[in-house]
Amino acid sequence: MDFGSFRAVDGCSFSVAKGSITGLVGPNGAGKTTVFNMIAGALRPSGGRIAYRGEDITALAPDRRFHKGAVRTFQIPHEFHHLSVIENLMVVAPAQPGETLLSNWFSRARVRKAEAETSRRAWEALEFLELTHVAHQRAGQISGGQKKLLELGRTIMTDAELVLLDEPAAGVNRTLLRKLEEKIEYLNRERGYTFILIEHDMEMIERLCEPVICMAEGKVLIEGSFQTVRSDPRVLEAYLGERQGAAT
Amino acid sequence: MEWITVLNYPVYLAIFICIYGCLAIGLNIQWGYAGLFNAGVAGFFAIGAYASAILTSPWAEGRLGGFDLPFPVGLVGAMLLAGLLAWPIGKICLRFRSDYLAIVTIGVAEGIRLVARSEEWLTNSARGISAIPRPFGDLPYAKAQLVYLGITALILLVAYVLVQRQAVSPWGRMMRAIRDNESAAQAMGKDVPYRRLEAFILGSALMGLAGALYVHLARTITPDAIDPMLITFLVWIMVILGGAGNNRGVLLGAIIVWVIWSTSEIVTDQLPSEYALKAKYGRMFLIGLLLQLVLRFRPEGILPEKLRKESREERPMGEQASATQATGNIIN
Repeated sequence: MDFGSFRAVDGCSFSVAKGSITGLVGPNGAGKTTVFNMIAGALRPSGGRIAYRGEDITALAPDRRFHKGAVRTFQIPHEFHHLSVIENLMVVAPAQPGETLLSNWFSRARVRKAEAETSRRAWEALEFLELTHVAHQRAGQISGGQKKLLELGRTIMTDAELVLLDEPAAGVNRTLLRKLEEKIEYLNRERGYTFILIEHDMEMIERLCEPVICMAEGKVLIEGSFQTVRSDPRVLEAYLGERQGAAT
Repeated sequence: MEWITVLNYPVYLAIFICIYGCLAIGLNIQWGYAGLFNAGVAGFFAIGAYASAILTSPWAEGRLGGFDLPFPVGLVGAMLLAGLLAWPIGKICLRFRSDYLAIVTIGVAEGIRLVARSEEWLTNSARGISAIPRPFGDLPYAKAQLVYLGITALILLVAYVLVQRQAVSPWGRMMRAIRDNESAAQAMGKDVPYRRLEAFILGSALMGLAGALYVHLARTITPDAIDPMLITFLVWIMVILGGAGNNRGVLLGAIIVWVIWSTSEIVTDQLPSEYALKAKYGRMFLIGLLLQLVLRFRPEGILPEKLRKESREERPMGEQASATQATGNIIN
């Protein structure tokens, strides 16, 4: 992937097994988010290909990838700032009949039924995220941490099979973080969601992720279990640093 | 003086408010809901005006026409043509970001005006099209005006109801989401280019409808009547002043701006003739000043976009929720 003359991701090749929680770690500027943008379709790679369930999706628009079951969160919250928090969640629900023009006139019962279901799911998600008290605030007015939670809430609103989480833990308090981990584990175990997780919180990576991929300067350094990656000398040098690696 | 003639001026004023109300709702779909900066409102107004004029006027030497079709056909034709032309324009222009879109649409509107001015076979160029029929135009002047007000008000009401229902539906929610954050909306599965085109075409069709309503009131159309500076400028101020994203707001904006615009003309008409030419710019200044004041003290408009609330259907166990209301209810 090139940005002008700058090559952000180069010769980066990995595959993610269905049903796994893969951790993507590496120093700032390693190209982790760029990889996410390419998987989600926001960026078209300058070369190479992206396959999802055996199908080449390199040229597919982001909205089409969403409907195939790949959903992402943003590192910097991308909330719909004029919409209320509850609306922010409701708008995400896939395949809403009320989004076509004519159905609001000719199949109102179906639209109403779908809306009731969407509303129920959105409230459930808010309950889980402990955001019910801000449900009717404009999303642009809630705190930064709450916006992060809202990002996560969107993934719960879908029937995703592949969830890309870009630093979900940054700016989220510890208690909620544990709940978040539990939810990720639950979705992974019970519903078979596949996760790719970008995170700098090594404890979270250790608890959740198998395998872990470490990137640096646009390339994959190493892929393996958390223990293997943590003790790899190249990872220590490029990312964790000698001392932290020895301490953990 | 008969009572009905006393009403002449307010009726005339109200007809124009209805016409500009249609334009404002059209622009509100584009800007208020979909966030599209269309600075070519006058162009789509002109397309509608000329389309209906050509379809309904009697035959005349040297230009397209002579179809003599009834008034409703003219209205539908105006909407269809404006919507149809919005399709390729939108297809090309909507790829631009908001400010670039504004520049491109100004160009499009100017192009349409030049076509109207120079293509004699189509629009009879500067001489324009005249003898355009008006429904119930045979009635005495005052009564005919009153009937025409009824027709335009009814059409505006229908347009308002149609647009308002879409606005409060999931469709409106999706449009506002696209407006607020395009890349997030796309990541959440919304087909952004298609939806923007949808809003652009719908809004443009309403602008075409307004053009048709105008042309049957004036019964004549020349390229001077579709001054892009004036129409586009006034409609934008109506939307911003009234409150973008709120259909009732933009209608209120249409009333306020048109009343000021039109009544100030009565005042300036009293001035000696050497000031008459300058007076028009004085009126524009007045409107501009009003816009400045609104932007300074009420940047979201007089009636801002509503915050939509979604109440819970069932009460979860162990939680005291406040009184539940039907889903989809709009409070505030």
